[in-house]
Order: sequence, then structure tokens, then C-alpha cells
Amino acid sequence: MASTDITVKNPQKLSLKTRKNISVILNYLLLIAIAVFFLFPIIFMFVSSIKNNETQIIRDMSNIKAFIPYGEIGIKNYFDVFQQMPFGRFMFNSVFIVSSTVLTGLVLNSMIAYALARIRFKGRGFIISLIIALIIIPTEAVVIPLLLMVNRIGWLDSYQVQIVPFIVDAFSIFLFYQFFIGLPISLDEAAKIDGASPFQIYWKIIVPLSKPVFATVAILQFLFRWGDFLWPLMVTRGYEYRPLPVAIQQFFSQDPKVWGDIFAFTSMVTIPSLIIFLLFQKWFMRSVASSGIKG
Amino acid sequence: MISESAISNTKSLKKKGSSLQKRETFAAWSFCALPLLFLFIFLITPFIVAFVISFTDQRLISNPNLPTQFVVFRNFLRLFNSSSFHQALWNNILFVLVVVPLQTFLALLLAVLVNQKLRFINLFRTIYFSPVVTTMVVVAIVWYFLYNPGEGLINQLISFLSFGKLGPYNWLNDTSLVLPAIMILSIWQGVGFQMVIYLAGLQGIPYELYEAGRVDGANSWQQFWRITIPQLRNTTIFVIISTTILAFKLFTQVWVMTRGGPQGASKTIIVLLYQEGFTMLRVGYASAIGVLFFLIVLCVSIFQRIYLKEERAVV
Repeated sequence: MASTDITVKNPQKLSLKTRKNISVILNYLLLIAIAVFFLFPIIFMFVSSIKNNETQIIRDMSNIKAFIPYGEIGIKNYFDVFQQMPFGRFMFNSVFIVSSTVLTGLVLNSMIAYALARIRFKGRGFIISLIIALIIIPTEAVVIPLLLMVNRIGWLDSYQVQIVPFIVDAFSIFLFYQFFIGLPISLDEAAKIDGASPFQIYWKIIVPLSKPVFATVAILQFLFRWGDFLWPLMVTRGYEYRPLPVAIQQFFSQDPKVWGDIFAFTSMVTIPSLIIFLLFQKWFMRSVASSGIKG
Repeated sequence: MISESAISNTKSLKKKGSSLQKRETFAAWSFCALPLLFLFIFLITPFIVAFVISFTDQRLISNPNLPTQFVVFRNFLRLFNSSSFHQALWNNILFVLVVVPLQTFLALLLAVLVNQKLRFINLFRTIYFSPVVTTMVVVAIVWYFLYNPGEGLINQLISFLSFGKLGPYNWLNDTSLVLPAIMILSIWQGVGFQMVIYLAGLQGIPYELYEAGRVDGANSWQQFWRITIPQLRNTTIFVIISTTILAFKLFTQVWVMTRGGPQGASKTIIVLLYQEGFTMLRVGYASAIGVLFFLIVLCVSIFQRIYLKEERAVV
């Protein structure tokens, strides 16, 4: 009995194994093909940015050579960008605007969410429904009146016009609220008995326990704010306060287009955000995933 | 003895409680005050102002000789009769009809692929997600070059795959091709985001369901349709709704690549809003566009809430 069992099973096992191997190989081929699709524009951009010869970039664009760094390789295009415009200034503007919006936002949004999630007080229910209702209003729907308002108070062409209106964000409050409400209430009660004030509870107990949600909100806000285009396009005029996305677009729309320089510019914008992404990759994925748990 | 001390204990706690409550209420409001003030100034006020000035002929720089007038529904009537608004609305709807199903399907497909237990699978997840962290303006510029009418890489690829029978196309200058061209790069940039949301959804499905399915003799295809898809219902609703809203917000890539052209073939609601409000300085008219845009987003969001509620009632 036992011996026949083995003889019957063995060839089946082998064929199963080869079948499995084939499916694994096919799987990898598919995965690699899709990876090529997602990577080719980015690789093309980097490779073109280090080709010093503009005519070579144009000549190479129609074939596989577009992806091969050969010929006159160097960083001449990068120097050109720095020579033609205050790239450092644009980079500083973007970093300053995004980081101050996100960091101030972390404090203010988490504080109101803490009050709503952990303290029972009159008006709490109303504020919660108000904030959930406000999530629906897209920035695009209010940019025109907002432009009218900031124009009246003379904020056009400044840092604050790109920071202050976006610090408090209803969706960020909601994410904090959802996280805080899941923490055990006994934590607060124990601290209360020890005589801790609400601010102490927030700062010493809630914040240290809530690193994941702080990371989530910071990353999501960074992703959204870093690419902001419509509003800065409306409120910045000169070089002084212009953030990167608007600066690239204006450089790109000048004729004649020098593609080597354009790609050097876009590469310098892309490299820092790709590095940040690769460093905090797991956190990025987690943040995006938790933005979907809603409703 | 024990009960007495317990009573006095609760009494003192209650006394302590009321003063504590006052302190807590004060603290709560001081936590809420500043954020609520910001929301009031920068979101609620402009939102109300949008409704108010959409009924006026307000201009960005007001002319002292021509005071702003209340025009009732004139902006809305003009909007409903304007062919460029029809065109923009239709472009957005077309974009939604094509991109939302396609992107949702692709995101699910990618999520299933990268949910396998294979070596280097994290590398593939990272690669598929990397366009999401690439700024949209950069994406639009790179694809502008790839879509180059004559010798562009995309044209060459199509010509190569069709043995020279198809193309070359004038992607961004052809009224019938410009929108599909923008759709492709939008999906390329955005699908990684939804993939990650689906991935989280897939990993949240209890393993026992699949085991039970296997015991009942379901093959992997049946397991996918009978277990995976129904379990991902809420995730799918979320992905569809958020992609729809994003599709109505379409602006950046269009502005960088075509500014709504050729002949308005890629004009969207937000492009129109920008042109009317910022270029033409017709703030009242642009606000009317903003109000309609909000109503569209509101309808889409209400759909989401209805469907999600239904789900809760079932469970």
C-alpha cells in the first residue's frame, strides 16, 4: 500500500513542482513588465538630464538609446539650471512652505482631535459633525473667494498666503480623531487621578502613544502639499515666493525649450522626494493604506 | 465601615468631579478655539462668500465707477448656456467614465499581484508606487516629451508594435487624442495610491474564509470572485468615489501640457474656473463655477455615504 502510494504521488509532486516553477517565472515576467512601464519615464528623465548635448537628446528620443547614458555625459545641464534661475530659492520656498504647513498642522489638528475624542463637553457632537461635513468641501471650490479675501488684506505674493489657509485640515483632524478614540480611556483616568491637566494628558500620554497617526498625517499632507499647483499659481507673481511646481511649469513654458535643462530641473525636484520615499517607504505605504479606512 | 468609606469616597469624587468638569470644558474649548477659527476664516467664510458672489457680477479688481451688482441667477444661466462650460463638463464626465473603472480595475490587479508571497515583492511595490511621489508637474512635462508628435517615444513604440501601420499621432494637438493622452499619464501617476489601499484591503480579509472555501472545493478563480471581491466591497466604494472626485478636480496636468486646448478639447471645469476667475477676472462667474463644482462633489460623496450605510445594515 505504502509503496504504491509513493510511486503514484512522486511523479505528481514533480509535475506540480515544475508547474509551480513555471507560474512563478511567469509571475516575475509580468511583475517586471509592469515595473518597466512604471519606471521608463523616470529613467528616461534622469538619463536625458545628464546628456550634455541637446541635439543628442532629440536624436535619441525615438529609440532605446533614450535610456542609455552614452556620448557626452555630465552635469552641464544642472549648472545651466543654476545659472538661469534661483533654483535654491525655489527649493527653499517649497521646503519652507510645506514643512511649516505640515508641522503646525500636526500640532493644531491633533489638539482639536484630542479634545473631541477624549473630553466630554457641550458642543462636542456639533463640532464633530461640522468637521466631518467640512471634509467634503474641496479647496478648488473656494479658491476664487479665498483669492478675493487674501487680495483685500494684501497677502498676495507671500509665504503666509501659501501656509496659513492650509494648516488646519478637516481630514487630518478626522484621522487623528479616529486614532485617539481607539486608545483606552483608562489611560486618561489614571492620569487624572494623579492630578494631570488635560494638556499634560495630551502631551505626556496621548502624543507618545500616537506616533503612527502623526506619521500618517505628516506623510499624506506632505504628498498633497508638495504637489500643490493651482493655488500657488494664483497667488505668486515673482521669483521670491514661488514654489517648485510653479517654477518648473514657468521654466517649461518658455520657448525655445532646452530639454536637457528642463530634465535637469525636473530631476532635481524628483530626486529628494524619491529619496525621502525610499527611506520611509514602509511608512508611506501604511499612511496611504490608512487613508482608505474611512466612513 | 467599608460601604461608608466607599460612599464618602464617591461623594468626594463627585465634588472633585464637577470642578474637574469645568476645568475640562475650559481645556477642551481652548484646544478647539484656534483650529475652529482657522476653519472659519479659511474654509467656511470663503465657502459662504462663494455662494454670495456667485449671484453678483463681482470682479477681482473692483472698478469704483461700476459698483458690484446683484445679478440673481444670471451667472448660472449664462453658465448653463455656455458651450465652453458644456465642453468642460463633458470632458470631466468622459474622464470619469474612462479613468475611474480602468484605474480601479488596474489598482486591484496590481494589488493582487503584489500581495503574493514572492521574493523581492517589496521592490515591486516600491516601484509601482514611485510615480505617486513624483510631482504631477514633472510627470506632465516628461510625458509631454514622450508624446512628441513626430519622433516621440510613444509614437515609435506604437509604430513598432503595429509593424509601422499605426501612427505617428499628433497626441496633444489632436482634439480626439488629447484627452486619452492625459488619461494615460494620470492613471500612470495615480494608480499606485489605490493599489496600496487595495493591498491593505486584501490583507484585511480573514484567512479562514479562504480555508473554508478550499474545504468546499472552490478553485482560486472562484475564491477570488466569491470571497475576495465581496470582502473588498467597502474598499472598492472608497476607491471609486475618491478617484471620481480627483477626476473632477483635474487641472495640473492639463494646464502644464495643453492649457485646455486644442480648441477646448482638454478643457476641464477647474481649467475654466481658473481662466474665468484669474485670467478674465470675472470672479462672480468663476464662483458660480466653483459652486457647481462643489455640488457635483457633494452628490458623489452622498452616493458614497448611502452605499456604505447599506453595507452596515447588511452586516
